[in-house]
Amino acid sequence: MSPKKKWTSGLLVNGVLGLICLVWLIPTFGLLVSSFRTREDVLKTGWWTIFPHREWVTIESIEPSADLDRNGPMTILGVTATFSEFREGVTTPDGRRVVWIGNKRLGKVQIQERRWTTTTHFTLKNYQNVLTGKEYEVVDEAGNSFIEKGDDLSGAFINSMAVTIPSVVFPVTIAAFAAYGFAWLRFPGRKQIFTAVVALLVVPLQIALIPVLRDYVGLNLNGTYLGIWLAHTGFGLPLAIYLLYNFISTLPKDILESAFVDGASHFTIFIRLIVPLSVPALASYAIFQFLWVWNDYLVALIFIGSQPGVQVLTMRLAEIIGSRGNDWHLLTAGAFISMLLPLTVFFALQRYFVRGLMAGSVKG
Amino acid sequence: MNNPMDLTDVNRTSPSRWITQNLGRLLLALAVLVMVFYALWQGFIFLRNTDAPRMVVALMAVLWGGGGICLLYLVLNKLVEQLPAAWAHQAQPYVFVAPAILLVAYFLAVPTIRTLIASLMNRDGSTFVGLHNYLTVFTDKAMLMTFRNNLLWIIFGASLTVILGLLIATLADRSRFEALAKSIIFMPMAISLVASGVIWKFIYAVREVSDPQIGLLNAVIIALGGQPQAWIAQLQPWNNLFLILILIWMQTGYAMVLFSAAIKGIPDEIMEAARVDGANEAQVFFQITIPSIMGTLIAVSTTVVIFTLKIFDVVIVMTGGQYGTEVIATQFYNQYFVYRNFGLGSTLAILLLIAVVPVMIYNLREFNKREVF
Repeated sequence: MSPKKKWTSGLLVNGVLGLICLVWLIPTFGLLVSSFRTREDVLKTGWWTIFPHREWVTIESIEPSADLDRNGPMTILGVTATFSEFREGVTTPDGRRVVWIGNKRLGKVQIQERRWTTTTHFTLKNYQNVLTGKEYEVVDEAGNSFIEKGDDLSGAFINSMAVTIPSVVFPVTIAAFAAYGFAWLRFPGRKQIFTAVVALLVVPLQIALIPVLRDYVGLNLNGTYLGIWLAHTGFGLPLAIYLLYNFISTLPKDILESAFVDGASHFTIFIRLIVPLSVPALASYAIFQFLWVWNDYLVALIFIGSQPGVQVLTMRLAEIIGSRGNDWHLLTAGAFISMLLPLTVFFALQRYFVRGLMAGSVKG
Repeated sequence: MNNPMDLTDVNRTSPSRWITQNLGRLLLALAVLVMVFYALWQGFIFLRNTDAPRMVVALMAVLWGGGGICLLYLVLNKLVEQLPAAWAHQAQPYVFVAPAILLVAYFLAVPTIRTLIASLMNRDGSTFVGLHNYLTVFTDKAMLMTFRNNLLWIIFGASLTVILGLLIATLADRSRFEALAKSIIFMPMAISLVASGVIWKFIYAVREVSDPQIGLLNAVIIALGGQPQAWIAQLQPWNNLFLILILIWMQTGYAMVLFSAAIKGIPDEIMEAARVDGANEAQVFFQITIPSIMGTLIAVSTTVVIFTLKIFDVVIVMTGGQYGTEVIATQFYNQYFVYRNFGLGSTLAILLLIAVVPVMIYNLREFNKREVF
């Protein structure tokens, strides 16, 4: 390829790629920006108005003279129009705009000009309001104040942690033991059972929800941490066993044999040798499961249900969408709080996560 | 407690003599196991009923769970080590695999059969109705719309995800900004579908024609001289496409990462040789890249199709299944939790299972081919 052709093709590749990346970023960026804007700004203007843009800006506010006939055509600043036209705004020949604000009797007239401007009133109040579980006061545009209840997302955050950590530790631990058993121990039915695990990899978990929920109700396990830990563990295990088996079965055999000669038991070998050697595989699966459980909505919805004290972030957020779907200043802040931890984990440990995906991520 | 001396000693004595000698130790180990179980159960009851601050409860629950599971394995192993060597040798594998097998059996294998039985019963599971639920599913108008929607999701969602993933992977492979671009496209994978719902609901937001639009899409439409639309409520069935966009936004990163790795695996010489022979970039892509990554292409496509088939969160958060957007998974949820029709709900779950059976068979075939056992 000639250097010039190479240069243009490089420009084309990077240009298209850049455009796609921009499209991919804008939704999240809009959310992040909105979550820091004040209530009035979010509800009245688009988030993109934080960038310089041309807009009608009021430069002067005047009292209309009392003898003006407000029911007929009026002349203000050289333009003649009716009251309702002035309410909409009338453009003068010199490019300004005259707008009547308020009612006929006591209203004011604003003279506006198109100017470059930005709306940049940023605040942390949205975050304060959604995080707290207490009541707080809101003042709307008209100056009326009213009381709203916070959404207690800080409580939901703690619940999400309490649900997620064991839901990651359990399957990793149990699957590591099982993977070692399948890889290095001989017992009847070993191949058949492992084949069943492979078959269960893609089973949709919907199939399990109803029977398990029935048992949970009978055992009083629904709405408890233990119940949801076990459910996530059960649903996550086939993939965990499969991934860890693939790793552990390829570890060199002679390490184990020399350990046996030294008189170590399987249990000791597992704890002292296999676990430290398998850290990359364990980490890959742990991150995968962490993101899965933290972002899960269905399993939490079914097994936690309406138990208010245990609700996780995704459930609280979905509830806010349902109950106050137009309070965008709160919704955006809430959504960002729920994204904070998974995004951090994701960017910090992306390498492990990708490795886990590569190893085959067909989960039910 | 258990040193090599013990083991040789045991091997020489007969089992009956061994039992009389070691029964005490065995019983003690068994008693410890029972005690551990009891203590953990008491801990559970305490955690469930306590009024302590949530932070404290959550922390204790995490410790209880993590510590409990380690303790169980430890005690179970000690118990097995008390057995005669021959028995211990036989029992040991089960210490390793039994907890996993029991959990998988209880949470996935057995429920499949239970759901299958429930799908043959009436709405409260009291009488056997044969295939009646299946008949309903395939004739009811609302159900047929559900299937149509799932089809839309798979046709548009899955295929666009795969195509875009492949396109971006190919572009990124030739760009200096590969790592950055991949991170940006991949990022939505870390976000929950519920939060994505908020992000996109905000983009699709619509207000009165006279008010300024705060939703990005409508603002763009107005800037282009159009009228604001209620994207996810009107224009049925095309409103489904606006929900499908969310899935594409989330899943493309997954497809891209796997394709990118596969593309890097193609030897450079083959590509270069083709270019030297005068092949243009399109020919290289279709005649070398695509055939070389066929395996990955199939694997990614199946994974994306399965994920799309089970889509739930997006629809339930965005519309709750209203405006003709119901899909199988939301219909399943609504049948079970809203209409309390357990039979029909179970039937829908079985249909999801049937849909993935071909993939299951394919997986098993591949697994048997590898002959790792």
